[in-house]
Amino acid sequence: MSASAAISTRNLTRRFGSAVAVDHLDLEIPEAQIYGFLGPNGSGKSTTFRMLCGLLRPTEGEVNVLGHQVPRDAERIRSLIGYMTQQFSLYRDLSVMENLQFMGQIQGLSRRDRRQRIRESLETYQLERFEKRRPENLSGGERQRLALAAALLHRPPILVLDEPTSAVDPQTRRDFWETLFELIDQGTTILVSTHYMDEAERCHRLAILDRGRLVCEGEPLTLMQNIGATVVEITGPDLKAIRRSLTGLNAVWNLTQLGSRLHALLDPGIERPDAVIREVLATSNVEGTVVTADAGLEDVFVAATGRNRQ
Amino acid sequence: MRALQRIAAVAQKEIRQLARDRLTFAMVIGIPMILIVLFGYAINMDVRNLRAGIADQAGTQNSRWLVSELVATQVIAPVRWAATAEELEQQLLRNEIVVGILIPRDFERRLQDPTRPAGQLLVDATDPLIPGVVSAIADIPFDPRLAAPRMIPRTGRATDSPLFSMRPFYNPEGRSAVMIVPGTIGVILTFTMVLFTSIAIVRERERGNLELLITTPVRTIELMAGKIIPYILIGLLQVTLILSAGVFLFDIPLRGSLVDLYVASLAYVAATLGFGLLISTIAKIQFQAFQLTFFVLLPSILLSGFIFPFDGMPRPAQYLAQALPLTHFVILVRGILLKGAELGDLVAPLQKLGVLFALSMTLAIARFRKRLD
Repeated sequence: MSASAAISTRNLTRRFGSAVAVDHLDLEIPEAQIYGFLGPNGSGKSTTFRMLCGLLRPTEGEVNVLGHQVPRDAERIRSLIGYMTQQFSLYRDLSVMENLQFMGQIQGLSRRDRRQRIRESLETYQLERFEKRRPENLSGGERQRLALAAALLHRPPILVLDEPTSAVDPQTRRDFWETLFELIDQGTTILVSTHYMDEAERCHRLAILDRGRLVCEGEPLTLMQNIGATVVEITGPDLKAIRRSLTGLNAVWNLTQLGSRLHALLDPGIERPDAVIREVLATSNVEGTVVTADAGLEDVFVAATGRNRQ
Repeated sequence: MRALQRIAAVAQKEIRQLARDRLTFAMVIGIPMILIVLFGYAINMDVRNLRAGIADQAGTQNSRWLVSELVATQVIAPVRWAATAEELEQQLLRNEIVVGILIPRDFERRLQDPTRPAGQLLVDATDPLIPGVVSAIADIPFDPRLAAPRMIPRTGRATDSPLFSMRPFYNPEGRSAVMIVPGTIGVILTFTMVLFTSIAIVRERERGNLELLITTPVRTIELMAGKIIPYILIGLLQVTLILSAGVFLFDIPLRGSLVDLYVASLAYVAATLGFGLLISTIAKIQFQAFQLTFFVLLPSILLSGFIFPFDGMPRPAQYLAQALPLTHFVILVRGILLKGAELGDLVAPLQKLGVLFALSMTLAIARFRKRLD
């Protein structure tokens, strides 16, 4: 384990009966960075998180969290981790203040610490006006800030966010990410799972999971540069016909329609891919304009998870 | 036609969902089965084998013959022997027997006098059915074998005194409120305690609170204790309410000590809360907790001795009833309220409540893991 890794796993595996949810995962999650987990539903993101937090016992393999073995030291790492669940899971029928008080007590904070930190976090997360309000009467963004404040009350060195922005609007999402970067500056290690590409792109490092396996790992920019596929974009009056003519070709790994454009992932071994595509279109007598394009994170995702599917 | 099709679609969907909801399905099948078995088999109005204490002070051949005749009716089953009426009363107090048979020293002389009862039946009248059952043997035809030639066998003519006089204890007027109200404390507590606790935890699971809680340092036992304590207080508040209503509205006697009563209630509330917690580890949604509570409540009401005498039930039902806290609480609360018994007289039911509490809590804590697998 390198000195700067907050969490590392080796051969981490979890089976449910005969189904493999997480398949021999080797991860090194560096300190004070945002580490993203990207993957379709059922790819094993939540299961991995739960094992890292000691909520689920691994079938095989090892987890090390800040020098503690999981699940052996599961109880000890609870105070090192702040966990924000996918669903809002504070008490809807307790006020903002009561919820924070409760979490502070459960986390074992002294009365003075509680008072001080609750004051601070109400201010930091702009919840002062809502102190007496119940979460059921808050907006999605306010609720989310409350959940974050509660997860951070005991100042955990690690923050785990399970799809934190799936229920909020884009502006709230932006604000939320600003907050996360401030936490990074204070030294917090953040693990976040998402299926939004723009969010994944904001992470320092990214792990792409597919059917429990780690298919791709690294900094988003590096991943996009080393995608291992060529991207071309095709426009034309009859996208359906273009699609028909390209489907089934060995060189074409994937076709995605983006509005009036067709996005094609091609075998990188092909020389001058745009010319090849033009030729195919011409022989099928289909009209279309072809340009090469830069790979986006979505292309990385598709190349990593969809290659064998088409 | 469209309307029919839509109705059929909804009905078909409903049946599918019903068949897949195992607990509801179990209720559809289970509740009628439980009721029919309990009423038809376990609950027997034709009560037999009442635990009896016998004090045969006469000790003659006739008195022994009479005892064996009484036993032969199968209405009573002798479990204790005594020398005096006081001993029989003690046994009644401790719930060791529900009927005492006293055959006095001058039994033979009384036998010859059709205007006087020859013996006495001491009956625990805190149970709604037992006095009626016992009255059936108070006047059994008895034909003394060794009667003197002059003696006329007692045949129970209208003018005659019955063979036994009845002494209903603790509730001489036979008021039904006296029989029902103390046990009602237990029934209400079973319902509210089991339901409240099971729903309290299941609700946290349903709303996702539990997923958050298990990521915190709070221990299972701390969580359970914290969950239970408010409900113990609520339970004791309910005891106070029902008791006050019983005393002021229905004139229920309070013969024992109030402290004893609260200690017994505390033990009972604890045991029922244990059951509630256990249910909460099984049920996934609040409705399931409600359904499972029903499965505890129904046998509790029917098998505990609250309405139907415990002694009248067949063995398997009695064993099952031992697992229900209400069975033991009915004995305790009737003993303390109506008989003026002290906890020292009722150690056995108190211990059993303790065992049920320990068992249900252990199981609940073992089942409730602080993990998701």
